[in-house]
Amino acid sequence: MTLDEIKEILQAKVLTCDSDMSIEVEGSCSADLMSDVLAFSTPGVLLITGLVNDVVIRTAEVATIKAIVFVRGKKPKRETVALAERKNIPLLATNLSMFEACGKLYEKGLRCRVNMGKMKV
Amino acid sequence: MQGEHGKNESVETLEGVFFITGKDFANAGVASIELKAILEKRGLNHDVIRRAAIAAFEAEINVIIYTPAGMMRYKITPDYLKVVVEDMGPGIEDVELAMTEGYSTAPDYVREMGWGSGMGLPNIKKNTDELKVTSTPREGTILEFIIDFKKRSNT
Repeated sequence: MTLDEIKEILQAKVLTCDSDMSIEVEGSCSADLMSDVLAFSTPGVLLITGLVNDVVIRTAEVATIKAIVFVRGKKPKRETVALAERKNIPLLATNLSMFEACGKLYEKGLRCRVNMGKMKV
Repeated sequence: MQGEHGKNESVETLEGVFFITGKDFANAGVASIELKAILEKRGLNHDVIRRAAIAAFEAEINVIIYTPAGMMRYKITPDYLKVVVEDMGPGIEDVELAMTEGYSTAPDYVREMGWGSGMGLPNIKKNTDELKVTSTPREGTILEFIIDFKKRSNT
C-alpha cells in the first residue's frame, strides 16, 4: 500500500515537506510503547502511534520504519517534524483513533507485520 | 551526550565511545543512531545494521532510565561488532529476572514516555550473537554484546 493511499483512507495530513508519497509500506505495526516497536516491528513497515516526540523518529530510524502515522489528532512539534525530514521519514497525522485507523487500513488490505517471537499469554 | 571517535582508527578496526547522561530522555537514541551511521559507512548489510542499532538503542535507553550516567564503547572489526555499555549504577539485583520478557522495574513516568515494557534485555539478546551482563548491586552494570557479521539473522 502506498503512502498516498494511506493518506486517502485515513483522511490524513502530511506533516513533512517533500515526502515521496508513492513509497510502499509492506505492512504495519501499531504501538505507543517504543520498547515494543523496537522489540516486535519488522523492517519497512508503517508505524501507527499516538506518541509524538523526537524519540519516535529515532526509534523509527533504528527500527527501519518507513513512515509514521500519528493518531488521535496528535501533532508533533515543528522540530520533531524537521528531524523526520532530515531522516527522510514521512509523517502523517489523522484525527482517527488508533483502533479506527488500524481498522480502516486493515479493511483496505494492509496487514500487521510484527514479529512477536516466543511471547505467549 | 557527546562522542569521541576515530581514536584508534585503521582500515581494519574502528573504535569509539559515546557518553550517555541519565534521565536525558530528549536525547535517547542519539548515540545509537550515530553508531548506526558508522556501521552504514562500513557498508555492512542491512540486517546486521538494524540488529546492532536496536541492541544499542535498548542498552542506551537502559542507561538513561536507570542510571546517572554511562558510556558506550564500540569496536568494529572486519568480522564483528562489539559494544560495551558501562554505567554508574545502581546495578541489577537479579540479572536472570531482568532477562525475562515483560519484567520491568521502570517507574510510571518512564512507561508514559513509551519505555519500560520489560523487553529491553530480551530484545538485546534476540538481536545479538553474544550477550554478557555483569552487575554489582549499588555499583553498576557492564553489558557487552557481539554481533558476528558472518552469522545469520535471528530476528
